[in-house]
Amino acid sequence: MLHITKLFPGIVANDDITLQLRRGEIHALLGENGAGKSTLMSVLFGLYQAEKGEIRKDGKPVKIMNPNDANDLGIGMVHQHFKLVQCFTVLENIILGVETTKGGFLQKDEAKKKVMALSDKYGLSVNPDAKIEDITVGMQQRTEILKMLYRDNEILIFDEPTAVLTPQEIEELMAIMKNLAKEGKSILFISHKLNEIMEVADRCSVLRRGKYIGTVDIKDTNEQDLSRMMVGRDVKLVVDKEPAKPGKPILQVQGMTVASKAHSNNAVKNVSFTVREGEIVCIAGIDGNGQTEFVYGLTGLEPLVSGSLTLCGQDITKSSIRSRSKLLSHIPEDRHKHGLVLDYSLEYNMVLQRYYDPKFLSGGVFLNRKAIREYSNRLIQEFDVRSGEGSVTITRSMSGGNQQKAIIAREIDKDHQLLVAVQPTRGLDVGAIEYIHKALIKERDEGKAVLLVSLELEEVMNVSDRILVMYEGELVGELDPKTTTTEELGLYMAGAKREEVRA
Amino acid sequence: MRERKSFIELPFVQSILAALLCILLGLLIGFLVLLAINPAGAGEGIMAIVKNFLTYPSVPAQLKYLGNTLVKASPLLMCALSINFCYKTGLFNIGCAGQYVVGAGACLYAALAFKMPWIVCLLLAVVVGGLWGCAVGLLKAYANVNEVISGIMLNWIGLYLVNMLLSLVKDSASPYTQKVASVNQGAIMPSLGLSNLFSNNKYVTIAVPLAILIAILIWVVLNKTKFGYEVQATGFNKEAARYAGMNEKRNIILTLVIGGALAGAGAAFLYLTGYEEWSVTQSSVPAMGFNGIAATFLGALNPIGTIFSSFFIQHITSGGAYLDKSVYPSQIADLITSIIIYLCGFVLFFKLALNKSISKRKEKKS
Repeated sequence: MLHITKLFPGIVANDDITLQLRRGEIHALLGENGAGKSTLMSVLFGLYQAEKGEIRKDGKPVKIMNPNDANDLGIGMVHQHFKLVQCFTVLENIILGVETTKGGFLQKDEAKKKVMALSDKYGLSVNPDAKIEDITVGMQQRTEILKMLYRDNEILIFDEPTAVLTPQEIEELMAIMKNLAKEGKSILFISHKLNEIMEVADRCSVLRRGKYIGTVDIKDTNEQDLSRMMVGRDVKLVVDKEPAKPGKPILQVQGMTVASKAHSNNAVKNVSFTVREGEIVCIAGIDGNGQTEFVYGLTGLEPLVSGSLTLCGQDITKSSIRSRSKLLSHIPEDRHKHGLVLDYSLEYNMVLQRYYDPKFLSGGVFLNRKAIREYSNRLIQEFDVRSGEGSVTITRSMSGGNQQKAIIAREIDKDHQLLVAVQPTRGLDVGAIEYIHKALIKERDEGKAVLLVSLELEEVMNVSDRILVMYEGELVGELDPKTTTTEELGLYMAGAKREEVRA
Repeated sequence: MRERKSFIELPFVQSILAALLCILLGLLIGFLVLLAINPAGAGEGIMAIVKNFLTYPSVPAQLKYLGNTLVKASPLLMCALSINFCYKTGLFNIGCAGQYVVGAGACLYAALAFKMPWIVCLLLAVVVGGLWGCAVGLLKAYANVNEVISGIMLNWIGLYLVNMLLSLVKDSASPYTQKVASVNQGAIMPSLGLSNLFSNNKYVTIAVPLAILIAILIWVVLNKTKFGYEVQATGFNKEAARYAGMNEKRNIILTLVIGGALAGAGAAFLYLTGYEEWSVTQSSVPAMGFNGIAATFLGALNPIGTIFSSFFIQHITSGGAYLDKSVYPSQIADLITSIIIYLCGFVLFFKLALNKSISKRKEKKS
């Protein structure tokens, strides 16, 4: 990809970026949020067209107008969120779109042979006849990889592939990637996780604010150098914090059970625990073990089946979302679904939780645009939220990281005793993660209670004062981050170890 | 890095351009249809539709018939506002037609049977229209019944109920209701001298400026108030609105009540001028509510834009009456106007196409 430039309103997403991928290498793409990694990959995969620059493959200029063109050129992509048909088998998903047929009938046997051969060759063991909904996330990812291999793709793009995996699965994935490279496939690996890049990549290109910073050989660099290249300053990879000084209980959860939308079983089963002021309690677990439903139940988005919630001495089991929000700030898991009205301007989103505050109204009915603008400008400044046009930017056009910062600014600035932060750093770069972790610890040090729900092991280990592990809707372990190890935590998360947890 | 937007990139300029494009294309297709049926009169025919009241040579006559167009444009504007307002909450108020019908029933019955003054009749139309909207809202909020389904069903229920009710105040010799002006002059909305402006067109009443005022009011409510903030947030992202603790159920019901009230008032704005009577034998829901959909989209979902689009749609609808009936069958006027109205629904599509061509041209330049 040579001199790629892609413009969005008010922002140059990619500014003259040149990236060269060699055959058989693992090339990491590193950059802050909004640095333009996703845009660049979307240009390569044909989802966007670049304003300037050209793409060459094997020395020949090519035009990629849509993902089909990309596929024809042997470029495949594993998206962060898998694109699989849940009720189809692995095999059916792999051949979807490129089925071999004879007189209109599927020829699955032939396809199966090819899939088996591929999975042997690259060490990707999956059961081709298992249904997607029955297999683990790691297996689903392998299905995605097999999909690319089945289409004889030579350039494989992995968009943050480790975000959803357990530590064990990550190790396996790393091995698979190395194997693929050895067999002559070229891999573009997008990640924020420096340790993974150090482990698996051959070279690493760094983007910062849409600009190309440089490409380095991994063997000549270290994590500190990489993070400095990415952020443009020194970053502390481990957060400093004083030991917690827990005070009186803020949140008490008793026998909480929440129904599941996906299946008839309850998603959260009889969960009890307490969060005190001045401590960060983390709920760790692999995605889909009831954390989402737990947070919905806690914040009032879903009713409880049974159990009770006490917040600052008040029973909030049946309270409305609005009345809970007087004491509770909620950084939601899905910023697009819950956190933001994407078609509103940034300033309107900044007041989403307090637009009804007399401060932002005149005459009790009309919005006070001036007050809203001033408030929004203050938050933008304080929390360094970057956007094309400041307060009036339409939120949809902002980068994911800055959208997240806007939510965090809004929720932290609002009055609250308990901060519920659900995967607050998902998809963010080290600079932003450092910032958010500091903000969480500052919250704690100011005597607020913080409940962190996270899938990131490092975050869990670094930030929290206490770890509760959730597995299949139950709390299966309480761990002290100072005495436990990542491996032990991983075992609890995978359900291999468990103990009784009481409030 | 901030880029100054050129004139053509301003959203409202684009909306207007797209609307004009739709209108032109609609007229073109209309013209082609006329050509296909009878080439001889096609040019004249399409001109008649476009000219409407301008067909008349004398200025007083033009003014008089402009008045007629305005009289019918006001209820259309109210229906368009009803749909516009609900659409901002993410609700498609196709039940607007039925809310309009029950509004008509309420105000006519009050005027003819109880000899009520116009203000009471108008308020009744508002209340009954609002209740009709409320029914849709309750079903949507508490039983998650799609508002389009319940709206369409309530349209028919409303129509036949109103036909039954107004049969009681029917003229003995015709299927129409008695003339409001002759039975109860007090139920006719006051003109306050407005009719003098339109060559003594007695149908021009305060309904016309009132409808425009309400359009401005709706714009203010949507864009400047807390309620408007909630309504639009719900429309853009229901889940985020819920997350922010907005009372979704209340807002759905309230929006549909307001939508219904607007449509009900629209009916009063027509029938309380004495311009038309209600035919108790009609077996189809009046098109007013449905034309409101076209007016809303042609007006780019903006209450202010809707003022102009409603007038335009009424203008060509009335213009259809001037088609030469000896050359074209009488239905052709409706056909042509419906084609144009149909094309009006494509405003968003044209806006998209416009944006694409602009960005392409920019790309070439750079």
